[in-house]
Amino acid sequence: MASPRQILIAGSVAVTLLTTGCAGAGGGGSSAGSESINVLMVGNPQMEDIAKLTKSTFTKDTSIKVNFTVLPENELRDKVTQDIATQAGQYDVATIGAYEVPIWTKNGWLHELGSYADKDTAFDKADLLKPMVQSLSGADGKLYALPFYGESSMLMYNKDVMKAKGVTVPEHPTWQQVADIAAKVDGAEPGMRGICLRGLAGWGELGAPLTSVVNTFGGTWFTKDWKAQVDSPAFRKATNFYVDLVKKHGEAGAAQSGFTECLNAMSQKKVAMWYDATSAAGSLEDPASSKIAGHVGYAYAPTVQTKSSGWLWAWAWAMPKTTKNADAAAKFMLWASSKKYENLVGDKLGWARVPSGKRASTYAIPQYQKAAGSFGDITLKSIEGADPANPGTQPRPTVGVQYVAIPEFQDLGTKVTQEISAAIAGKTSVDKALNDGQKLAADVAKNYQK
Amino acid sequence: MTTLTAPPKTASPPVRPRTSPRAGAWKRRIPLLPALIFTIIVTQLPFVATLVISTLQWNILKPGERHFVGLSNFKFVFTDERLRTAVLNTVVLTASVVLISVVLGLGLAMLLDRRFLGRGLARTMLIAPFLVMPVAAALLWKHAIYNPDYGLLNGTLNAVWRLFGAANGPTVDWVSSYPMPAVVISLVWQWTPFMMLILLAGLQAQPGDVLEAARMDGASALQTFRHITLPHLRQYIELGVLLGTIYVVQTFDAVYTITQGGPGSQTTNLPYEIYLTMFRKYEYGQAAAAGVVVVLGSIVIATFALRTIASLFREEVSR
Repeated sequence: MASPRQILIAGSVAVTLLTTGCAGAGGGGSSAGSESINVLMVGNPQMEDIAKLTKSTFTKDTSIKVNFTVLPENELRDKVTQDIATQAGQYDVATIGAYEVPIWTKNGWLHELGSYADKDTAFDKADLLKPMVQSLSGADGKLYALPFYGESSMLMYNKDVMKAKGVTVPEHPTWQQVADIAAKVDGAEPGMRGICLRGLAGWGELGAPLTSVVNTFGGTWFTKDWKAQVDSPAFRKATNFYVDLVKKHGEAGAAQSGFTECLNAMSQKKVAMWYDATSAAGSLEDPASSKIAGHVGYAYAPTVQTKSSGWLWAWAWAMPKTTKNADAAAKFMLWASSKKYENLVGDKLGWARVPSGKRASTYAIPQYQKAAGSFGDITLKSIEGADPANPGTQPRPTVGVQYVAIPEFQDLGTKVTQEISAAIAGKTSVDKALNDGQKLAADVAKNYQK
Repeated sequence: MTTLTAPPKTASPPVRPRTSPRAGAWKRRIPLLPALIFTIIVTQLPFVATLVISTLQWNILKPGERHFVGLSNFKFVFTDERLRTAVLNTVVLTASVVLISVVLGLGLAMLLDRRFLGRGLARTMLIAPFLVMPVAAALLWKHAIYNPDYGLLNGTLNAVWRLFGAANGPTVDWVSSYPMPAVVISLVWQWTPFMMLILLAGLQAQPGDVLEAARMDGASALQTFRHITLPHLRQYIELGVLLGTIYVVQTFDAVYTITQGGPGSQTTNLPYEIYLTMFRKYEYGQAAAAGVVVVLGSIVIATFALRTIASLFREEVSR
């Protein structure tokens, strides 16, 4: 029998081997001269697809070698921000979101890409959806990132449950209607809850759906002249509505549930409805992972005072100014965002996996229409209906629907949603959460008031 | 066994070399110098850099606004309400994890100190939690045990309820309802084996003749434990508490994975708060200042730990 010491030694040897083994995986950077680019991207399914397809198509045609580094979203943000902010220049291309574009553009970290897109006639820049172009442009109106895929938000529901309970979900529901339906279908099956809404703290988790609800209730984080509005009546009303709805009819473990947990709850029939990203539909319709594939109904994002309330997000390709391979990097980005690439994915991997939501022409492809029949139309119209410059009932100081495009928002949004998440868990009140949030928001606003 | 009797004085003193003792010492040290310099570079320079950064106003998302601000980051660290909460949470978390795992570890060590069939196997299995990587352990607790939908705890509750004819047991949301206990229990699970190992070593170093004498004198098991075993174990317990404290103060994985510091900031401890300052707020100056404060605090605890270890060695030698 091994002594404790031997076990400890064996354990530490194993850990060392594991860590050194892992260190090898992240490396493998530059090689093969100038025609090689380093791409850093988020580990979403669409990005994993392009990593698979690049070598046999793009590299074969152009002889440009592409080295991919794939990271989860939070780590990607940490890494790409540090790499670009410190001018380390390790990457020629990085995927960034609509939130980062205006901030990084202001700092002068990104290459302008509109001129590259204009030169490439096959790229057809005019085909890109207007809200996408708008949210990926800098204050100077130039395009600084090329969209890879885009999303809005919508309401998804279990058609069987609605039918069994005799409920019809309107195509354009109001939030009050959604709350009533949630109460009716709560407990429709043993252990089933009425609705899934994110409750996990984080500006990109709970912060996204909550802000879209705040917008349509007539609230905003900041007024046009930078006055914090977190404790305003409209923000309060919206937050109380959201928290009450989750507490009464929301999913089990709501305060710990983000996108992934809700996707799981919805596809495993633990909830009857779900308000979240349009890009979730692809996963819900996949019979391999979803118990309700083919039984999902879709409706537009619920509203109160505004005409539409869907959010807007894009994962996009950007080129840091530090790159030394600008032309090769541009070639790759133009290819990755092109119609040609969408067709390639459709042919090789299936039409439901096309990185959609950025081009009007995608929705005219017959094969795509067939694959995305139940949700394609709502997705396109939701994206087109989103107005990132004016998403609520009052003018905003920044462009963006479900976030505020200032560097401080990652911190502000995270801390305020932490408090609201605590209110969902019943550990604090919405009033206290918003009063504390107002103080934080007022501190941030001071940096911008003139 | 070392003898305590003085050596005979008849032997002549050893012949010393001609060179002065200091020069000789340096001659011996010169080959070690590169290693020493290397150690200083890799351990002390980053700390100096952190000290420098802690005096800067530096948000990496706002290039061009970096400037010297003196000690105002430290002022922020000591006056910020969130950081005060984080300090309090760190103390609560560390104290409860260390104390509970010492008590449990002591119990397990007492059991393992006896001879029984399969003792080696039991010991190996009890040590296992300590060898699991912290992130893996935290994921295990979060998903396999605490999850309200498919976790082991609610699954067991459901099964028990069904035994009595109910369709479904209560759905308890463990992590949201009891955030701090949830983190503490997962850490106790990891740290009990560590305490057990140290205390077991202490128990096995107990002189058998003293115990035998106690038995001969008619002391009960409880009396023997209180008056002989516990005083003997005192320094081992102190060592376990101090080493445990140094490590548990730095807990990040469990907080990050299981609760994300929430709900609210109920389980946000110092390392997690520093992480948020660094990677959500991108305020490098504030993060560095908070880091410096934590290092100073840890040095204080570590000094006590080193003293305890030193006293243990003295005891070993004097025995």
